[in-house]
Amino acid sequence: MQAHTTVVAGAVETADGAGPDIGLYDVTKRFGEQVAVDELTLEIPKGSFFALLGPSGCGKTTTLRMIGGFEEPTSGRIELAGRDVTDVPPHKRDVNTVFQSYALFPHMTVEKNVAFGLERKKVRRDELRRRVGEALELVELGALAKRRPTQMSGGQQQRVALARALVNRPQALLLDEPLGALDLRLRKQLQIQLSHIQREVGITFVHVTHDQEEAMTMADRIAVMRDGRIDQLGSAEELYDQPRTEFVANFLGSSNLIDAALVARQGDVAEFDAGGARVRVPSRLVDGRDGALCVGVRPEKISLRPADAGAQVPDGENSLLGHVTDASFVGVSTHYIVRTDGGHDIQVFAQNAGAGLETLGPGRRVAATWQPEYTFVVAKEAGA
Amino acid sequence: MRTRVDRIRDVLIGAWAVLAIVYLFIPIFVIVLFSFNDNKGRFNFTWQGFTLRHWKDPFAVEGLSDAMVTSLSIAALCTVISITLGTFVALAIVRYRFVGRGATNTLVFLPLATPEVVLGAALLGWFLTMSFARGFTTVLIAHVMFTLGYVVITIRARLEGMDLHIEEAAQDLGANQMTTIRKVTLPLIAPGIVAAGLLAFAISIDDFVVSNFNAGQTVTFPLFVYGAARQGVPPQVNVMATMLLGLALVLMFVNVAIQRRAARRDAALGPQPARV
Repeated sequence: MQAHTTVVAGAVETADGAGPDIGLYDVTKRFGEQVAVDELTLEIPKGSFFALLGPSGCGKTTTLRMIGGFEEPTSGRIELAGRDVTDVPPHKRDVNTVFQSYALFPHMTVEKNVAFGLERKKVRRDELRRRVGEALELVELGALAKRRPTQMSGGQQQRVALARALVNRPQALLLDEPLGALDLRLRKQLQIQLSHIQREVGITFVHVTHDQEEAMTMADRIAVMRDGRIDQLGSAEELYDQPRTEFVANFLGSSNLIDAALVARQGDVAEFDAGGARVRVPSRLVDGRDGALCVGVRPEKISLRPADAGAQVPDGENSLLGHVTDASFVGVSTHYIVRTDGGHDIQVFAQNAGAGLETLGPGRRVAATWQPEYTFVVAKEAGA
Repeated sequence: MRTRVDRIRDVLIGAWAVLAIVYLFIPIFVIVLFSFNDNKGRFNFTWQGFTLRHWKDPFAVEGLSDAMVTSLSIAALCTVISITLGTFVALAIVRYRFVGRGATNTLVFLPLATPEVVLGAALLGWFLTMSFARGFTTVLIAHVMFTLGYVVITIRARLEGMDLHIEEAAQDLGANQMTTIRKVTLPLIAPGIVAAGLLAFAISIDDFVVSNFNAGQTVTFPLFVYGAARQGVPPQVNVMATMLLGLALVLMFVNVAIQRRAARRDAALGPQPARV
C-alpha cells in the first residue's frame, strides 16, 4: 500500500510542468479470477522515454496493451493527451505499437508495410512517398524498400516495425519487448539506435521490458512493476541508488540487505541497529516509513580493509566487522563474500583500480566500510 | 558400420514401399490404360488392342457429356459457396467469442463424421417432407453441406497458425475491422482458401452416395457411370476420368506450389516468442 501512494506522488510531478502525454487512473484489468493490473495510476510525461520494467506476469504488457487499445480495462480511465480514450478502439488512437513479434505484413514489401498507416489516413501520394522514404532512412533501411520482410534478418525486421510505427508521427510509441528476440550484440546496438531515434523525433516512447539493464540504458524514467502494481518509479539512478522496496533492490543489480531497527534520530542522521552494528543513514530516507525495515548497500559501494592490524575506520563511515569467506578475482574486480560478526553474508565488489592490489584471502578479518549516504532503506517483505 | 542385416532391411522396406504404391496406383493405371482399349462390343473389361478412337471423340456417348457438365457446374458452384461460407465460419470460430461458438464448432464437423448413406437418406427424407423438388439444386445443397466441414477445417488451421499480432498491427495502424480483414487477414489465409476450394471441388465431383439419394432426374458424372455399368461402361468414361485425373494433378501441383511459397514466407518470419 505504501509503495502505491509513493508512486502517485512521484508520478504527478512531470518533467517540465506540462500535462502528461499518457495517463492511467485507477486502472484495473482482470482476466477471469486473475488480476493482471491492480488499480494502477500512472502519468507519463510528454517526450519522455519511459520504461515499464518487471518480471514476466507483472502486468507490464497488459498495461501497454491497454494504452494501445487492445485490452479494455475492467475499471479505471485511460487518457491520451488529456482525452479520455478508455472506450476508443485501437484504430482511432493516436499511438502506434512495435510488437514483440514485429507483426509485419508478410504479403507486402517493406515499403508497403511502412505506408500502411498513412494509406489508412488517406495521406496524399507524394507526401506518402516522401514520408515513407524518410522513415526508412531514419532506420537505415532505404536500400531495402522493395524487399519482403521474410527476406530480412530479425534486426532489420525490427527496424521495419519501428519505421512502420514512427512514420505516422503518433503521439506516443509503444514498444513491447521490441528487442527480446534478438541476440545480445544486436540488442546492444539497437538500444543505442532506439535512444538516438527517440531523441531525434521527440515522441513519447513507452518501452516494456524485463531486462533491467536495457531499461536503465535507454529510459529516462522507469516504473518497476510487480503483481500488477508499480513498486517504484524514478530515474535509473534513483531506482539503483535509492530503492525503496526489497524487490526493486534485488531486481535492479545486486544488493546487501540487513534487517535493521531504527534506534535513534538526530538532525539529518538516523541510526539503525543492524545485527549488533550501528548503521547511519540520511534521515530523509526514514521519513514516513514504518513497519519492519532493512538497510541496504550496493556491493560496489563498500570498501574492505584488513581489520587485524587495528585499521582505522574513516570518520563517519558505516562499518561492519567480519571475515572473508570467499574471494574470486574476475578481472575488472574482485568479488568477496564477507561473513559479518552479526551473522550476515554480504557481497563486496572491489574494483581492480590499480596494480598489485592485495587480494584478501578467506579467513582474513576485515572491516567493510561505506559512507552513510550510500545506504538505502527498504521495507522488509513478509516471508522474505 | 552397416551390417548385412541393415542392408537386407533397407531392401525389404524399399520393396514394401513399392508394393504399397503399386497397390494404390494399379486401379488408376487400369482406368487410363482402358481409355486406349480397342474394345469390340459393349464391354470394356479385356484388353483388345491399342486405339485412339475414343480420345478422338470423347463426347460421342449420349448423356455422358451432359452428366459431366452437370457435375462440373455443381462442383464449381459448390466450391464458391462453400469457401465463401467456410471462410466466414472459420473467422467467426477462431477470432470471436460468441454464444453457440462451441456448438458451431461441433456441428460443422458433424457431416464429416456421419456415414454418407445416412446423410443422403436423411437429406432425402427432409427434402420430401419439405416437398422440395429434387434435382440440381438439392444436389448442390447437399454438396455444400458436406464440403463445408472440410473447408472450415482447412481455413481454420491456417487462421490458427497466424500471428494474432499481425491483425492487431493493422488495427494499430488505423485499419478498422473490415479493412483489416480485407487487407491483411484474407491475403494471409488465401493459400488455405485455395486448398479448401480444391478439396471441396474434388469431393463434390466424385460424390456418388449422397447425390444418388437427392438427384431426382438430374444425372451427374458418377451417377451416369453407375447407370451405364449395367449395360457396359463406354470407354469414353475412361477418357473423361483420365482428363479429370490430369486436371486434378495439375491443380494439386499448383496447390503444393502455393502452400510451399506460403510456408517459406511464414518460416522466414522468424521466431514468434510468447507474449510475457
